[in-house]
Amino acid sequence: MATVEDSAHLPHDAHGKPGGWARWVYATNHKDIGTLYLWFAFAMFISGGVMALAIRAELFMPGLQFWQPELFNQLTTLHGLVMVFGAIMPAFTGLANWMLPLMIGAPDMAFARMNNWSFWLLPPAALLLMLSFWVPGGAAAAGWTLYAPLSTQGGMGMDLTIFAIHILGVSSVMGAINIVVTVLNLRAPGMGLMQMPMFAWASLITAYLIIAVMPVLAGVVTMVLTDRHFGTHFFNAAGGGDPVMYQHIFWFFGHPEVYIMALPAFGIVSQVIPTFARKPLFGYASMVYATASIAILSFMVWAHHMFTTGMPATAQLFFMYATMLIAVPTGVKVFNWVATMWEGSMTFETPMLFAIGFVMLFTIGGLSGVILSVAAVDVQLQDSYYVVAHFHYVLVAGALFSLFAAVYYWFPKMTGKMYSEGLGKLHFWWSLLWFNVTFFPMHFLGLAGMPRRIPDYALQFTDFNAISSVGAMMFGLGQLIFFYNMVRSIRHGKEAPQLPWEGANTLEWKIPTPAPYHSFVEAPELKAGDNGVILSMQGGEHH
Amino acid sequence: MPPVLPVLLLAVLAPPAVLANQLNLQTPVTSVARDVYDLHTLLLYITIAIVVAVFGVMFYAIVRHRKSAGHQAKQFHENTTVEVIWTVVPLLILVGMAWPATRVVLAQKQTRGEDMTVKVTGYQWKWQYDYLDDGVAFMSHLSTPRDGTLKTAGGPYLLEVDEPLVVPVGQKVRLLLTANDVIHSWWVPAFGVKQDAIPGFVREAWFKADKPGTYRGQCAELCGKDHGYMPIVVEVKPEAEYARWLTAKKAQLAAQADDPAKVWKLDEAVRRGEEVYRKNCVACHMEDGKGVPGTFPALAGGAITTGPVAAHIDIVLNGSRKNAAMAAWGKQLSDTEIATVITYERNAWGNRDGKVVQPKDIKAARGGQA
Amino acid sequence: MQSHEVADNGHGADAAARQTRYYVPSPSRWPLVGALALFFLGLGAAFALNGVLIGPWSLAIGAAILVWMLIGWFGDVVRESRAGAYRAREDMSFRWGMGWFIFSEVMFFAAFFGALYYVRVISVPELGDAAHKLLYPDFNPAWPLVTAPGLPAGYQAMGAWGLPALNTAILLTSGATLTWAHWALLAGRRSRLLAGLGATVLLGVLFLLLQAYEYRHAMHELGLTFASGAYGMTFYMMTGFHGLHVLVGTLILAVIWLRVARGDFDARHHFGFEAAAWYWHFVDVVWLLLFVFVYWL
Ligand code: HEA
Ligand code: HEA
Ligand code: HEC
Ligand code: CUA
Ligand SMILES: [Cu+2]
Repeated sequence: MATVEDSAHLPHDAHGKPGGWARWVYATNHKDIGTLYLWFAFAMFISGGVMALAIRAELFMPGLQFWQPELFNQLTTLHGLVMVFGAIMPAFTGLANWMLPLMIGAPDMAFARMNNWSFWLLPPAALLLMLSFWVPGGAAAAGWTLYAPLSTQGGMGMDLTIFAIHILGVSSVMGAINIVVTVLNLRAPGMGLMQMPMFAWASLITAYLIIAVMPVLAGVVTMVLTDRHFGTHFFNAAGGGDPVMYQHIFWFFGHPEVYIMALPAFGIVSQVIPTFARKPLFGYASMVYATASIAILSFMVWAHHMFTTGMPATAQLFFMYATMLIAVPTGVKVFNWVATMWEGSMTFETPMLFAIGFVMLFTIGGLSGVILSVAAVDVQLQDSYYVVAHFHYVLVAGALFSLFAAVYYWFPKMTGKMYSEGLGKLHFWWSLLWFNVTFFPMHFLGLAGMPRRIPDYALQFTDFNAISSVGAMMFGLGQLIFFYNMVRSIRHGKEAPQLPWEGANTLEWKIPTPAPYHSFVEAPELKAGDNGVILSMQGGEHH
Repeated sequence: MPPVLPVLLLAVLAPPAVLANQLNLQTPVTSVARDVYDLHTLLLYITIAIVVAVFGVMFYAIVRHRKSAGHQAKQFHENTTVEVIWTVVPLLILVGMAWPATRVVLAQKQTRGEDMTVKVTGYQWKWQYDYLDDGVAFMSHLSTPRDGTLKTAGGPYLLEVDEPLVVPVGQKVRLLLTANDVIHSWWVPAFGVKQDAIPGFVREAWFKADKPGTYRGQCAELCGKDHGYMPIVVEVKPEAEYARWLTAKKAQLAAQADDPAKVWKLDEAVRRGEEVYRKNCVACHMEDGKGVPGTFPALAGGAITTGPVAAHIDIVLNGSRKNAAMAAWGKQLSDTEIATVITYERNAWGNRDGKVVQPKDIKAARGGQA
Repeated sequence: MQSHEVADNGHGADAAARQTRYYVPSPSRWPLVGALALFFLGLGAAFALNGVLIGPWSLAIGAAILVWMLIGWFGDVVRESRAGAYRAREDMSFRWGMGWFIFSEVMFFAAFFGALYYVRVISVPELGDAAHKLLYPDFNPAWPLVTAPGLPAGYQAMGAWGLPALNTAILLTSGATLTWAHWALLAGRRSRLLAGLGATVLLGVLFLLLQAYEYRHAMHELGLTFASGAYGMTFYMMTGFHGLHVLVGTLILAVIWLRVARGDFDARHHFGFEAAAWYWHFVDVVWLLLFVFVYWL
């Protein structure tokens, strides 16, 4: 009887750890691939961050100091693209890769080999993007939103960007399919859907959003491509097309995209806060429903990015109401987190600090979002620095802070070492301070009338821009603390105990630390409560 | 390296800069802008209240319910009553926000009942104003010198134009917006108006300014290289002054109008052409005619500018078929302007054609393709 | 050799739930090779579109690597399948995976259907409305759009009831022959299976040939090109992407035919066949929508 285990010509499914570079480039192990994702995302964060600093340097004072306007636009465009598609999304995918199988008792991701392809498509795409700075005409300069018809102008850099987006799309759709199938099909017995950790729910719903909208982005940039080179008129009135159609299709992707960068953050925070409050997550079921509602609503609000395009009043009002409605499920989440802290027994290690920072600053960003959603007011604020302030509150203090929380939280599990708590706390307080110095003044700039995406500005905007630029440099410097802490702790950190966090009780903490190369080769029998809390576990072989 | 210190001092110490460190929306001068201002204030108070309430509770918990304070965790994790409350209360707050907002949105859309109509066309990177009722039309360009330092031509840095839009006070001005190349956005904060100008489509907006004065804004939609350099200046004048301005403007335009039958001599054509070039072409082909390598071709020693004149006329008149950035200037410039700018390009930066392209040549070229 | 190892695992959801181990493939070079292929393709396409000489070369290299990767990768999959690596739970993963992949394809086409909807219902009527008389005094916004605000007239729309209707019949028939083949597979009738599959492949090829003929007709006799305004662009973009999918589907079915001829698949164990069939039916449904919204209405 030919079973897998004794089949001679089939590689054994629990192969050991391959050595050298082959371990990484040929990887099929979810932990290795997760590690690759995380390092790649960090490298992209640095690249995008350096572009941000280049932007802030130019804006430190009025006049043109460093870059010509064309290059400035390229920097803005690539900063947005690199951060969104290179840093935040891959970082979340990397975490999902690392932690999902451990949290739900799966031996690996459902399609381990395809998983590797999802990762290895990222470096070529990043290369195409970066390369575009050096081709004649430079990189894409139409903003990360690539609005037509501006994106039908411009040289080869725009085409490279379009193909990079295609590749990124393939990568993230495959990564998302992997996540969906892993969650739906590889849960260990006893881990029902309504027992999964919130992080698994968040990853599942995020992956669903990715599969639904990345192909739409691929479609719309393909239309830009044919408008550029094959004579079509999708975004040109001369042939019956419409530039505004680009925006509709783009934002049908774009708005769910911003939740793709927010839902996994919600998931992380929903793991971290209960751990350090030593108390179960409040309102688990309502958290699940709220996350799903946000995802569904996110398909119905896209035109809030288009309040100044001149839509009819009825459309204006529909999208305004639908957008405001998202505050309700998001509010439920915020209240649930606060209720989880209430009457807890809290300690404030670095992951908890970042999680609390997240809750505060994300809420502020969410509330400025609600102000923007009010169409009448958005007319004054659209395409001003107020919007820049809004989305850096939800993206930097939201997505990025949650990522820091996650990395600190799972660092012992991943590496078997403890990070330096002192440096972690320094990193948090430093980031918190300079983040606000950088981005809070942008609200004032936007209200006062400073447009975004400009390399030079009128004198009355000088002071706040100077403050913001100083803040950005200091914020960036602070990330070196993080980098140093990680590298040093991986090399010389203290050995982590099996359970570094007293309140942690999900499945990943029931296996050895660091996580063995192959976990759950044999599925464990679980008894689980809400939010993936493991009440009992039997079996589950590792090596 | 620019003179950092003086620039900084100027920026920090200049009284207007300090005074204008404003924290809120600009002072409104139309009813819509006032409504928006008040609505924003309302929203701001509501959100501040939410922040205070939510974080009040959270910080109370952080201070009191911490392990180091000896607090033991309670293990509750559900309570239907509070969950219903914190779903319904935000919903009610939102209804409270949406109600006044709906009114303002409808007011913003109320473009008819106008006293006058101006067609606004966005170009890379200037605005054209076309007084549809009076037959007056002109282009409005940035007038701040563009050498990277903080010189101005007599107005606020980057917010000054050669020809502002002039309108009478207290009259409802309806704007019909469109664009020629890419999307631009016409934004004057004091009026509460921001409306994208979409190429090939017409959009509407309106304002009725209560107070005479000069109001400034900027293009708000990324429109390429000089997006940061296409300001909007509106001068609101008392009725009588406006009437005087309009008469004067008409007279001035009539006087400036070139006689299309005129036969130009080389030096005067080059002089006139240089003016046209500075207004329309420098942004891409640059002062020295060298362009921006890889993006905008050099005209100094260029194949077309030194080749047969027909191809030169064709590309300026009809634009480039390969690259939409080179627009069909025939739609915006007169025969004389096109003839002289071509003459200029063929006789500048070392190009030595020596011949003069005449307006009638352009007229002929236009006729040929109509 | 495929029938026995499934016996102890059974089939379907119950068996999947009972299965405690899951097959994790060993390290593989194919993903990296595939990434390299897409890199060369992306780079080459951008270069070729901008007239850079190495563009076509890079495209060719990328395509060659891609083919190599597909053969190698699917070869591994087939080998693993024959060796019995894929049991009930792996099978279930494949089903979910294929389902979600098709969902992503649905959304890709949705972008273009959205564009079609938008030009037909929003932008073209708007360009012809009263406000736009200011810009286009003579534009007539009827669909199919055979003029456009800024284009010279001189092309005609494609009718629905000639070739397109025939092609609809062909695709529907191919769906039926494929289902017939599936029944044969379930009943263990291999030669009928081969005949049904073979007929499906041939119908796919016939469809493609007719579509090529239709394009020729449209370009040469109707003057309809990619650049013919809102009608031409949506027509070619949508039928073109659909045609590409038919081509890929036909190739997949042809490969499945070869595998059947070689003796692969049996009544319980034939996910590869089913995936191809799902894909084919999906392409069919897209065609029906195209027929209604692009050709007919
Ligand atoms: C992680 C990313 C993220 C997230 C989560 C959000 C969340 C939200 N965003 Fe944001 N947004 C962006 C990223 C994000 N956004 C980006 C990148 C852009 C700019 C893109 C570009 O142009 O380049 C943008 C732009 C943007 C605009 C367009 C602005 C413009 O260009 O004119 C609008 C307008 O409606 C908006 C609204 C909202 C709203 C209502 C939410 C809501 O989801 C927020 C909900 C949260 C809360 C409200 C706080 C918690 C709730 C409570 C405490 C309950 C009580 C509250 C009330 C009763 C109000 N966003
Ligand atoms: C998705 C996430 C994301 C993240 C994390 C960031 C992070 C940052 N962003 Fe980003 N931003 C966007 C997404 C993001 N941004 C998007 C989508 C846009 C819109 C683009 C568009 O308009 O098209 C935008 C636009 C944008 C603008 C507006 C540009 C314009 O309109 O012209 C500005 C201006 O200040 C800015 C600043 C910053 C800064 C200072 C950071 C900082 O947080 C970065 C901090 C990180 C580092 C600095 C790097 C790491 C550290 C080192 C390398 C150490 C060395 C450092 C020193 C020596 C100092 N961003
Ligand atoms: C928005 C940028 C822009 C502006 C403004 C602009 N041009 Fe151009 N111009 C271009 C581009 C891009 C090309 C290259 C077109 C191509 O490759 O087909 C070009 C090409 C040309 C050429 C052909 C050069 C050659 O040798 O190929 C001439 C002549 C020319 N422009 C004249 C003008 C004149 C006259 C004006 C002003 C009235 C002007 N341009 C304004 C972008 C611009
Ligand atoms: Cu015009 Cu920005
Ligand atoms: Cu949005």
